[in-house]
Amino acid sequence: MSFGITRLKVEEGPPTREAFGDALAELGGEFQDLVVLDGDVANSTFTERFGERFPERFFNVGIAESNLIGIAAGLAGAGKISVAASFSTFLLSNAFDQIRMSIAFPNQNVKLVGSHAGISIGEDGPSQMAIEDVALACALPGFTVIVPADGPSAAAATRAMIERDGPVFLRCGRPKVPIVYEDDAPLQVGRANQLRAGDDVTLIANGIMVAMALDAAETLADDGIQARVIDMHTVKPIDAEAIERAANETRALVVAEEHLAYGGMGSTVAMVVAERKPTRMAFVDIGDTYATSGTPDELLVQFGLTPAAIVDAARRLLKD
Amino acid sequence: MVQARAEDPSALEEITRRLRRDIVTSTTSAGSGHPSTSLSMVEIVTVLYFGGVLRYDTSAPRDPGRDRFILSKGHGAPGLYAVLAEAGYFSVDELNTLRKLGSPLEGHPNMNRVPGVEASTGSLGQGLSIGIGHAVAARVDGRDYRVYVMQGDGETEQGQVWEAVMYAGNHGLDNLTLIIDRNGYQQTGAVDDIQPLDPLEDKLRAFLWEVRTIDGHSLSEVAGAFDWARSVSGSPQAIIANTVKGKGVSLLEATPGKFHGKPLTEGQRDDALEEVGA
Repeated sequence: MSFGITRLKVEEGPPTREAFGDALAELGGEFQDLVVLDGDVANSTFTERFGERFPERFFNVGIAESNLIGIAAGLAGAGKISVAASFSTFLLSNAFDQIRMSIAFPNQNVKLVGSHAGISIGEDGPSQMAIEDVALACALPGFTVIVPADGPSAAAATRAMIERDGPVFLRCGRPKVPIVYEDDAPLQVGRANQLRAGDDVTLIANGIMVAMALDAAETLADDGIQARVIDMHTVKPIDAEAIERAANETRALVVAEEHLAYGGMGSTVAMVVAERKPTRMAFVDIGDTYATSGTPDELLVQFGLTPAAIVDAARRLLKD
Repeated sequence: MVQARAEDPSALEEITRRLRRDIVTSTTSAGSGHPSTSLSMVEIVTVLYFGGVLRYDTSAPRDPGRDRFILSKGHGAPGLYAVLAEAGYFSVDELNTLRKLGSPLEGHPNMNRVPGVEASTGSLGQGLSIGIGHAVAARVDGRDYRVYVMQGDGETEQGQVWEAVMYAGNHGLDNLTLIIDRNGYQQTGAVDDIQPLDPLEDKLRAFLWEVRTIDGHSLSEVAGAFDWARSVSGSPQAIIANTVKGKGVSLLEATPGKFHGKPLTEGQRDDALEEVGA
């Protein structure tokens, strides 16, 4: 593990997908109506751990995401809490119309869990990388969209989505990630977590970018810049109050996400800022391009998702 | 407990006349909609709802033990609304609000606004997968309800349909019946000229379904097919119903390629109502 982290003292934890899988298996005993469907990647999404404990409530639908979504919607229509899991890009991109028509429009109680999001999956390359998924999910009326930072918060997010009525998209990643939260991460849907106080600049991040933002804040502190760090784990509904406070109390905002520029968290934060308190912003993201194969760290450097990129963006904003 | 409604067999034909009347009247009143695709399904839904097949309770539309009917070909909404009104889910008068602002009777079915509608459809190819979800839930919960899905023949071109057909066959979902309303036409022409389905029976059997082809306008053949479907064990069942697009209205029957998504004018409607005899 590195993710370009040099200053922060953090331990490596499980991938968010694995923390989700373990949490799901635990919740299966508590929620008898919980059913889980997977598009034949259960050993990658870790839904196999639920499947081992509750085989009568686990369905490998095969490599057929449209049908996967439809069956999940039908089960929800019959009163179940449906969890449908696959690689995030296959789930959201392949089956988008089914998600729109069979889940979002009728507001069905289906939880979509996409693993292998972002470019940090590495060598498998762009066909497997979900970098449009947050934009797609946020476009759907009624959807809740959660991007957890680490294992503990992914576990907390899994419980939160099961307890929440209505459609949810939970975005998970492939690599092991630094532990930002100790056990029992607080995760209240729609309520951002402030992880560090600061009055000069605010760093708003989610997913793997949260640890990088904390690392960037250490470096900025060396320059006498006090950075506020916010984990915006819920992209929709966005915590507009936390954004407005940050815009009022600090001079600039940097948004960091492992996603394309258009339609991700940055766009959503910018809408709030433009409406409530226009403030200078910078965006650290993948931009408007597909990635390539490479190791996760090589790709993160090449596509500008590093603590150094966040530091540069903050310095640039404060200098102007 | 929900029960199937079995009207006197002689009453069924009278019901088909009323449904045709309501389909023609509501779409002309709306000034848009799909009367011809609704008319081809009339005998099938009549037998389902009034021929002792579907178990339902209009006072408890979401009773967990109910049988489900999912109209995958959502543009047949006027036909679905007509049979739901006839069954008593809402008043027949409400049919005249079809497609109007504020009415729950939208252009395509909305399950959260119309009692008795099991799935929001209209983007073709999705109903069978949803039906599988209900059929699987019955297995998980140990319930004996049955699931009926109707899709169009043109709709059968969708890839998701075949994902679903493969799944249901492989899992032997014998509480699931698919009715293909084979009226022969899709929006711009004949299915056989655009994407022929034959050999449709062979295709479905190859996916491990039991299949029967019937005249979809014969009340007795439709009733016999549903009896057969309920007797099949270990496999899902497909009823291929050969039908006529616009059935019962000679103008529509004569020009099946021209009236997809077009209502009759008021003059044409009056002629049609006379012909329908309701």
